[in-house]
Amino acid sequence: MPTLFQQIQAGTLWDFHGGIHPPARKAQTSGKPLVQMPLPDRLYIPIRQHIGVAGRLIVSAGQRVLKGQPLTVADNSMAVPVHAPTSGTILKITEHTSAHPSALPETTVILAPDGKEEWRDRRPLNIATADRHSILERLQDSGIAGMGGAGFPTHLKAGMTQPVDYLIINAVECEPYISADDALMQEAPTTIVKGIDILCQLLSPKAVLIGIEADKPIAIAALKAACSQREHYYVREVPVKYPSGGEKQLIQLLTNKEVPAGRRPADIGIVMHNVATAFAVAQAVLDDHPLLSRIVTVTGETVLQPQNVLALVGTPVSALLDFCGFQSEPRQKVIMGGPMMGFTLPDLSVPIVKTTNCILAPSTTELPDAGPELDCIRCGQCADACPATLLPQQLLWYSKAKDTDKLKEYHLADCIECGACAYVCPSEIPLVQYYRVAKAEIREQQREALKAEQAKARFEARNARLEAEKQQRLARNQQLAATRQQAQPADSQDAVAAALARVKAQQDASAEKSREQILAERELRKQQALAYQAQKAQTNESAATQSDTKTPTAASDTATTQSAAAEADSKAAAIAAAEDPRKAAVAAALARAKAQRAAAEPLTPAATAETKPVSPADAEPAAMAPVSDDPRKAAVAAALARAKARQAAASAESSPEPTSSSAAETTTPVAEQPDARKAAVAAALARAKARKALSNGNGSQTE
Amino acid sequence: MSFKIASSPHHHSQRSTQQLMQWVALAALPGIALQAVFFGYGVIVQLLLAISTAWLSEALVLWLRKKPVLPRLLDHSALVTAVLLAISIPPYAPWWLIVIGTAFAIIMVKQLYGGLGNNLFNPAMAAYVMLLISFPVQMTQWLPPVSLQQAALSPLDAFCMVFMQYSCSGFSLSQLQLGIDGTTLATPLDTLRQDLNNGLTVSESLQRPVFFAFAGTGWLWVNLAYLLGGMLLIKLKVISWRIPLALLAGLAVPALLFWLGSSGASPSPLFHLFSGATMLAAFFIATDPVSASTTDRGRLWYGALIGLLVYIIRSYGGYPDAFAFAVLLANMCVPLIDYYTRPRTYGHKAKRDVK
Amino acid sequence: MTLLNALLALGVLSLLFGALLGYAAIRFKVESDPLVEQIDDILPQTQCGQCGYPGCRPYAEAIANGDDINKCPPGGEATIKKLAELLGVEAKPLNAAQEVAVKRVAFIREEECIGCTKCIQACPVDAILGASKQMHTVIADECTGCDLCVEPCPVDCIDMIPVTVTAERWKWDLNTIPVKLVE
Repeated sequence: MPTLFQQIQAGTLWDFHGGIHPPARKAQTSGKPLVQMPLPDRLYIPIRQHIGVAGRLIVSAGQRVLKGQPLTVADNSMAVPVHAPTSGTILKITEHTSAHPSALPETTVILAPDGKEEWRDRRPLNIATADRHSILERLQDSGIAGMGGAGFPTHLKAGMTQPVDYLIINAVECEPYISADDALMQEAPTTIVKGIDILCQLLSPKAVLIGIEADKPIAIAALKAACSQREHYYVREVPVKYPSGGEKQLIQLLTNKEVPAGRRPADIGIVMHNVATAFAVAQAVLDDHPLLSRIVTVTGETVLQPQNVLALVGTPVSALLDFCGFQSEPRQKVIMGGPMMGFTLPDLSVPIVKTTNCILAPSTTELPDAGPELDCIRCGQCADACPATLLPQQLLWYSKAKDTDKLKEYHLADCIECGACAYVCPSEIPLVQYYRVAKAEIREQQREALKAEQAKARFEARNARLEAEKQQRLARNQQLAATRQQAQPADSQDAVAAALARVKAQQDASAEKSREQILAERELRKQQALAYQAQKAQTNESAATQSDTKTPTAASDTATTQSAAAEADSKAAAIAAAEDPRKAAVAAALARAKAQRAAAEPLTPAATAETKPVSPADAEPAAMAPVSDDPRKAAVAAALARAKARQAAASAESSPEPTSSSAAETTTPVAEQPDARKAAVAAALARAKARKALSNGNGSQTE
Repeated sequence: MSFKIASSPHHHSQRSTQQLMQWVALAALPGIALQAVFFGYGVIVQLLLAISTAWLSEALVLWLRKKPVLPRLLDHSALVTAVLLAISIPPYAPWWLIVIGTAFAIIMVKQLYGGLGNNLFNPAMAAYVMLLISFPVQMTQWLPPVSLQQAALSPLDAFCMVFMQYSCSGFSLSQLQLGIDGTTLATPLDTLRQDLNNGLTVSESLQRPVFFAFAGTGWLWVNLAYLLGGMLLIKLKVISWRIPLALLAGLAVPALLFWLGSSGASPSPLFHLFSGATMLAAFFIATDPVSASTTDRGRLWYGALIGLLVYIIRSYGGYPDAFAFAVLLANMCVPLIDYYTRPRTYGHKAKRDVK
Repeated sequence: MTLLNALLALGVLSLLFGALLGYAAIRFKVESDPLVEQIDDILPQTQCGQCGYPGCRPYAEAIANGDDINKCPPGGEATIKKLAELLGVEAKPLNAAQEVAVKRVAFIREEECIGCTKCIQACPVDAILGASKQMHTVIADECTGCDLCVEPCPVDCIDMIPVTVTAERWKWDLNTIPVKLVE
């Protein structure tokens, strides 16, 4: 019994379950020479063209960029940059229809080429001397992401530290119509092999297996010739069957291994790269030519000259189609990608991206629309065709029923969305669409579940924190009360005792008290209260300094309690007094002014007419009038206006007196305060008053 | 111009449900023709009746369910149900029998379960069983092969028989059932069964004129014709080879064992394979995709189960031929079979994760 | 005598089986979460209080004590279905007064925020950052869309905005793709 490696060396091929044989229709383009497309008027370069995160933009509108100059910079390993495909000026950076099935807009750099093709400095690497790290860095900096379709960052796949048995180069290109890789292999087999050499240097595999579908004899011959000097490079012709180019399927075809569910090929010692990626790797490392262009098959019956075009990344599909003589039909479909897995474009301004291998513009007779969806007759042809050995008919049933548990049990996640099931389905059921929706739904549910868990944790943490704070506060208050009692001088204690005694006496004989006595007592109580408040403000301050060591959130909460205290009118005044005697004076002046006003114009109809905000629109200019140039003041004024608008709306039916007086009050301080911080304080005061007035108004209404 | 948004794949094989059903109906034609030749033209009349009833009732229910009538009528699934039922019942059964049967099949067994694709049971077979239980006399009035009949019936006679139960020349069905030798002739399976019950050996019983060849004149040819049609369907990949093969094996293996054990008391496997509705059931009835198992291994189990059940009922049960019962029983087991025969998904362990 | 025998035999048998069942019940007892935990796991943990309880856990306790299962608008039909399954009761439609809305998160119009911290105190999951007299902002990823911060804001600068769909979270709704018409 020969070992697996011996079998592979001997050229044994295996088979995968299912698969279909759709008409290939590659002859329209595969025999023709590769054409370089002239510069389009505009290039639309989405900043994210791969799986992962976008790089950080480092250019701005109006800037001139050179060919190959990076437009974004990768600041983590899942990001790869994009580059200016040619020299020119950046017109703007905006949201533009993306090359994604959803066509949702994504950030795109719009570039006007100047036709000079002026390169930035290029520094080719010498792979004989370059170390592994610098090569990988070069791959990332050159913006290389898998060009087979998924667009996974290549430096991650090539920088794998796990031991690699086989490096598989995917040149199968099994989807009908597409011949971009075929053209590349015919055009540049030696560069491809150089790219494979670099990948080998990074991964050091036992053998390199190059899988090509048997219907590309010229490419096979070219690659075989280019590999003739390499001992452990094996070019393998795989039988024509869709989807033999699927990653998992090709691995099974060439090595008889299966990637365990939920794992990656690297876990079984296999790394797969697309042939176009290998080419891009060679260009990036040896020529310092980042990924700026790619070969795109433009085909379909509505295109007069179907051919393979070397197009710059960012070329709008419309320019590419026009270049090939596109004549649209009514109900035209334009597909990005192949007929099996590609997606239709809603408009033609979508740009070519790094993963675009085909633009297919079929006539309606060539690829007719799917007929009406009939009921599943459980014929099982989908199960026969499924390369992942799933049971599509059951999955359909559970997808319709939204039974996510059953879908998981029937391994929906293992569906590679190749479309073989929907291709064979006699009832023309768009099975893949059902699975995609179900998969998205499941992903969303998982996300929600995770979020719910986090929310719960945060909620519980918050409750625990609040509870702890409450306990702490309680303990502190008790402590403070104790220390206060101890620290208070004897005479004040006596005073308290005296006051208590007086209270008792009062209770005993309140009727006998003279008016002067009562007034004096009241004065005394007032003084006591003031003293207590001052003390409290001091302790509050010390609490704030204590809480600095806590988490920021906690700190903010303490601040919150402070500010909440500040909201109350009298307290705020007290605090201000403690902090700054000047402010206290100002506050006192304010209060006096207000009291005067309230006394002077309580019910004058003229004042009411002048200041009463009858509608939000009226309130706005009234508040805006005293505003100075300061933007913060503007914000305050706006806030005031809103507050007033609210109030006006709420208390429209209530008596006008409190409204008018409060409105008058709120406007005055703003006009008087030159200092911005004071203005904010005043605003807070005004708000609190407005609220009070509002509640008063409501109260008076209920009275 | 406007663009059309569609979901991938954008390419579809050109085979539709309609075509699959058409092929099933077409492949049954040789068998039907031979059936008409050997057992009289009644089958043609029954076919016409069945098809029109099926279309009418399907259209009616679709209209009541507010579904598009024409597209669903044109999927030809009702047609296939009607054909299968019509060729299963005695050719000169009264007209109302097939009408009731077909309407029952379409309305009760198929549409009330949710229409095509949702029915638990094979509509034709469920209707057959219903008829057999409700009208046992009419359902067992098989005529002997034409060559053994006293008076051959013309197509016109066939028409009269079905609608009035008398041929144009005034013969009643029971008169026609009498053989040349004046004894009532039944189907080979029936005859054999009675003979065996009466203590005759198989070889003695096979001397009777109804058998002429090893499985009876006519029956052999009809079965061969259905086998041919079935092969065509497999070739065209309309049906999978698994169910027919497993079914025939499930029938032949026990037959072989018992035949080897006591050839006097049990007929040969070949007799079983080529008499009654064996081939029709194996290739046309059991392969009805809706009510059959859908996994590869499940289909083998499903077919084998039917074959075995048929053997048991033929040998020990109360009915001479038992496909309808066997198919319905197997239909009931389908969810179970499907559940336990799920294939191993790519990248998963061979051990089934049955909870 | 026979009667006695029969009674005896049956009695002994029933005792035997009863003992067996009792033993099995103890021996094979499946430890499961307390009901409240299970209910709490199903609830969406938005802590929005739209059910009338101060958070999801109190509502879970209330359900365990027999309250209706249809008071959770953020969870919607799916949650009701799961609750019905868990509790073995009939799934009721969502309380008519509380209708399901699109998923939203809070957003503070920052130039209008006056830094009053009222929303911070209202947020049940600490998803708002800020300090007194400093501008506040919502951590969108942590926001559960409970609405509780909207009411306390004195200057009405908090909006509930629908979550924007990204390509990753797009649910393959092909019909919503706007097709640009070119003449």
